[in-house]
Amino acid sequence: MEKTYYNPEDLKKFGNISEFQPELAKKFFDWYGAVFEEGALTKREKSLIALAVAHAIQCPYCIDAYTSDSLEKGADEEQMMEAIHVAGAIRGGASLVHGVQMMNKAKDLMM
Amino acid sequence: MTKSLKAKGHDLADSFIQLEVLNKKQVKDEAFEKFENKLDGINLFPLKPTGIEIFQINVGKMCNQVCKHCHVDAGPDRKEIMTRETMQLCLDAMDHPVITTVDLTGGAPEMNPDFRWFVEEIKKRGKHIIVRCNLTIILANKKYHDLPEFFKKHQIEVVSSLPYYSASRTDNQRGDGVFEKSIKALQMLNDVGYGREGSGLTLNLVYNPSGAFLPGDQQSLEADFKRQLKRKYGIEFNMLFAITNMPISRFLEYLIESGNYESYMEKLIEAFNPGAAEGVMCRNTLSIGWDGYIYDCDFNQMLELKVQKNCGQHLKDFDAEKLLDRNIILNQHCYGCTAGSGSSCGGTTA
Ligand code: SF4
Ligand code: SF4
Repeated sequence: MEKTYYNPEDLKKFGNISEFQPELAKKFFDWYGAVFEEGALTKREKSLIALAVAHAIQCPYCIDAYTSDSLEKGADEEQMMEAIHVAGAIRGGASLVHGVQMMNKAKDLMM
Repeated sequence: MTKSLKAKGHDLADSFIQLEVLNKKQVKDEAFEKFENKLDGINLFPLKPTGIEIFQINVGKMCNQVCKHCHVDAGPDRKEIMTRETMQLCLDAMDHPVITTVDLTGGAPEMNPDFRWFVEEIKKRGKHIIVRCNLTIILANKKYHDLPEFFKKHQIEVVSSLPYYSASRTDNQRGDGVFEKSIKALQMLNDVGYGREGSGLTLNLVYNPSGAFLPGDQQSLEADFKRQLKRKYGIEFNMLFAITNMPISRFLEYLIESGNYESYMEKLIEAFNPGAAEGVMCRNTLSIGWDGYIYDCDFNQMLELKVQKNCGQHLKDFDAEKLLDRNIILNQHCYGCTAGSGSSCGGTTA
């Protein structure tokens, strides 16, 4: 049994998922590559979105990968932190906006 | 003020120790694959020159700055400076017609007392001149304030480092206050016409990552730099060269100190690009040291790896024909030139 569930070395082995299911892995990696190509959004913008999402889903592999990637793509620390605030704001907001549901229900139940 | 590795008596000031580190066995008891083998795998070994278009001359290690990543280990405490006699040897050698461009570097090349004389002499020989100007030198002392005019007079191409369009990143790498002075110097260059459309005066900037990561796409960074520098400071320039930090000298020290050495080497090796390897700058450049010795590139110069033995290692024995047929001296640091889109003093190579 590993001491921790997450091992930084595993990030480099991401490609190995094809060992158990090559066809789907190929489809996934082709699509993944295409998603991050320069398009209507720049590579830098996409990298910052990925960084924000990585924080929203709290994936340590993605946080590592997209911190390096954002720096390489020329983003600065301020932009990177702002991206994470966006993720945080959406997470916080998503909890709070359900407060309306709570209020509706409470009002239904209360005299 | 920070000091050079040499002044600090640091082990890594010794090129022999740098080469030991680059070639040592790594954890997992497995050395990184030899760069030579990598080239052999794509039929590029031994690596041969394609020409000698560019003469890159390092006129001395003295510099007004002490940047953290400096591969020259330059600084105000370095006294190695090219003499006029050695400059004369350079001039004699560059009379050979294959050499079309002379690239002057340092240190801060302008600090060499014979810098202006040398430029004028090179110009007489009809060569295109590049000066690697660190920008802050222009403001460092009154006697340098007219450098933009001097550059203009001789139609020199100016190449200057600006790691980022924000102060914190630039200053972290190049020293406190460097960003502000660099901006002022760029404006002075713009004022005499450098980087302005239609002026014919070329001002190129160099971007290098401020840390243990690789440079991103050169074009996209250039577009970003152009937009931001114009918007914030009204500055214009021609091209941006994205350069990879080489794992030697002070950047090697940083990599080791910060625990990034192995992962950085892995990154470079993983990103090995055969297309970039074809275009490495040593294939059309010769590098000359302050004392007249000849190297395949400025990095080899700092590692004291002279050109192949029987090809004339000093300007006194300069022989263009022999040099055109030499085998280029390679080592593990060469991975810095072949990663991703490649890296050279003129930016990407692939
Ligand atoms: S300005 Fe250039 S030569 Fe001087 S310390 Fe910085 S990198 Fe080295
Ligand atoms: S480090 Fe020098 S010798 Fe090695 S590939 Fe780069 S330019 Fe050529």
